[in-house]
Amino acid sequence: MLKIKNLHASVEDKDILKGINLTVNPGEVHAIMGPNGSGKSTLASVIAGKDEFEVTKGGIELEGEDIKELDPEERAHKGVFLSFQYPVEIPGVSVTNFIKTAINETRKAKGQEDMPAAEMLKKIKEKADLLEIDRKFLSRSLNEGFSGGEKKRNEIFQLAMMEPKLAILDETDSGLDIDALKIVANGVNKLRNADNAVIVITHYQRLLDYIVPDYVHVLMDGKIVKSGSKELAYQLEEKGYDWIKEEVKA
Amino acid sequence: MSLKEKILSSYLAFEDYLEDDSPIHDLRNKAIKTFESHGFPSKKEEAWKYTSLNALLKEDYSIFPKKETTIEFKEVRKYFLHEIDTFKIVFVDGVYSSFLSSTTHDGMDICLLSAALSKDKYKPVIETYFNKVAKEDSLTSLNTAFAKEGAYIYIPKHKEVQKPVEIINFYTGSETALMLQPRNLIIVGENAHIQIIERHQSLSENAVLTNSVTEIFTEKRAFVDYYKIQNDLPSASLIDNTYIKQERDSVCSVHTFSFGGKLIRNNLNFYQYGEHCNSILKGVTILEEKQHVDHNTLVHHIAPNCESHQDYKGIFDDNSTGVFNGKILVEKDAQKLDAFQQNNNILISDKATINSKPQLEIFADDVRCSHGCTIGQLDDEAMFYLRSRGIGEKEARALLMYAFANNVLESVKIPELKKRINKLIANKIGVSLGFNL
Repeated sequence: MLKIKNLHASVEDKDILKGINLTVNPGEVHAIMGPNGSGKSTLASVIAGKDEFEVTKGGIELEGEDIKELDPEERAHKGVFLSFQYPVEIPGVSVTNFIKTAINETRKAKGQEDMPAAEMLKKIKEKADLLEIDRKFLSRSLNEGFSGGEKKRNEIFQLAMMEPKLAILDETDSGLDIDALKIVANGVNKLRNADNAVIVITHYQRLLDYIVPDYVHVLMDGKIVKSGSKELAYQLEEKGYDWIKEEVKA
Repeated sequence: MSLKEKILSSYLAFEDYLEDDSPIHDLRNKAIKTFESHGFPSKKEEAWKYTSLNALLKEDYSIFPKKETTIEFKEVRKYFLHEIDTFKIVFVDGVYSSFLSSTTHDGMDICLLSAALSKDKYKPVIETYFNKVAKEDSLTSLNTAFAKEGAYIYIPKHKEVQKPVEIINFYTGSETALMLQPRNLIIVGENAHIQIIERHQSLSENAVLTNSVTEIFTEKRAFVDYYKIQNDLPSASLIDNTYIKQERDSVCSVHTFSFGGKLIRNNLNFYQYGEHCNSILKGVTILEEKQHVDHNTLVHHIAPNCESHQDYKGIFDDNSTGVFNGKILVEKDAQKLDAFQQNNNILISDKATINSKPQLEIFADDVRCSHGCTIGQLDDEAMFYLRSRGIGEKEARALLMYAFANNVLESVKIPELKKRINKLIANKIGVSLGFNL
């Protein structure tokens, strides 16, 4: 599904990613953990194609195709979805109209007709129910005045609507109380199948109780310094990151 | 002969042609003298620092059209809000078109200023209201000197006008260049309601310069919603001078949608004479090429416990220029005031310009006045957000601009008009997305 090889990326000549190697196969869940400033969100943005970052070395392959030079919308059309850590407020565009536009623009790019209105409505209702989102919420301006939790739930609602091949959840757990966390995790789990994959970026092991990872990677100073099973997440929760730093030094 | 000289000599001919007993004869004579001594405003004047009329004044305008031109309704149908029934006061090259109009005298007057100026029964109203709130600056005076035609609207108290009124001025291009001085007088009685849409529309490539004056009087508890649609051809320029006098508990909103035309100057002046008045000034300006739009607003707070809200949004592409000069003047007695002013701009091209100048003069000590002004490009993070959801760069840009401008539309109270303007904005920005925001 996703193959990242020796990926280097910088912003304004400052190196952030310093040689990332990561392979994600269909059906897998990978968690990426690491201290603040280690490059987790940068990695997510670089995969999604944010042009603020320059890829200086290495490559990103999606299903065997190099996507490094593609625009963000082209990557989205190929099935990459980034759930934002800080979703942007867009006054004047309702949640419903936004998601309709996103879906139909993606279909257009694939040479498909617009989704029929009835089918769209049915899907919106189904996914809103899955995430326990109130119908009134859907007619509000996108993210405007939403609480932190509402914003994250709305991101997962969009994920559910778009049905991507690769979903990257960038700190989706921050700002969520335990009930909302369960709803969001349940939403993500319902969408999982043998053909798609999830990368979960998080500080805390808590979310990983609900979205159980196959692999856990530790990102430090722009590199993956340790990989392991879900047990690694418990160790990190308990002991912090210092012991890994020591290990890396040694 | 300069335009000013031509105007002054035309005035002599105009006076000969007028009937001597016009109730505003003396006003005209006084006004032409004011214009004679001041002439056209220049960039040396603070209020005209960013807008030059020089290029416009070089045209050899006819001051009176030589012949009457008729137009077929089907040619101009699209400029009317034809989806719904409206009152219509229509002028073609400055001359009233009874054929295109739909006026009334049934319990209210929605008709012509020429009739109001010539008939005795209107004399008391004319004497009470005409030129009573308009400033005596040179352009307003120029209009006063030549004022003979325009809309006359008198709504008696407690009357709710059931359908909107459209005031439309068409220019056919029957002259190579034409200067016009439309004059509107609108009196909305106590507790009366009215919605008015004003539009100037040129139908040819020939130059037209309109110097219009509108006086609006809102009596106690009156409600007025006024919409100006400025989407004219690149050959047409407009100087709009609007003066609104509000009595207590009245609410008046003016929305100005400026999408087309060569040069537009909006002098929009509100005077709050009574307590608990609310004045609402909103505008969306979307310009391209070499268009120039200047919003010069004044809200003069004279009485206490009032409100004013100003919200102007501008999107400027190519070499277009915008000006926002918003003045809030608060007199000593205008305590407990809540005045708000906001001007947000997006520059699409490196060559586009916006001059934004808030001006607050406050002489009262217990007021809340806030103002904000932003000039920027589209937000990169928002662009990335939309694009990461599969929306292409061009569409994402259009969507953000559309959303930015569209916010002002929320307060448009005529649904068909809102739809129309929505469409105009979408066309102007080039949105081809299949949704209604």
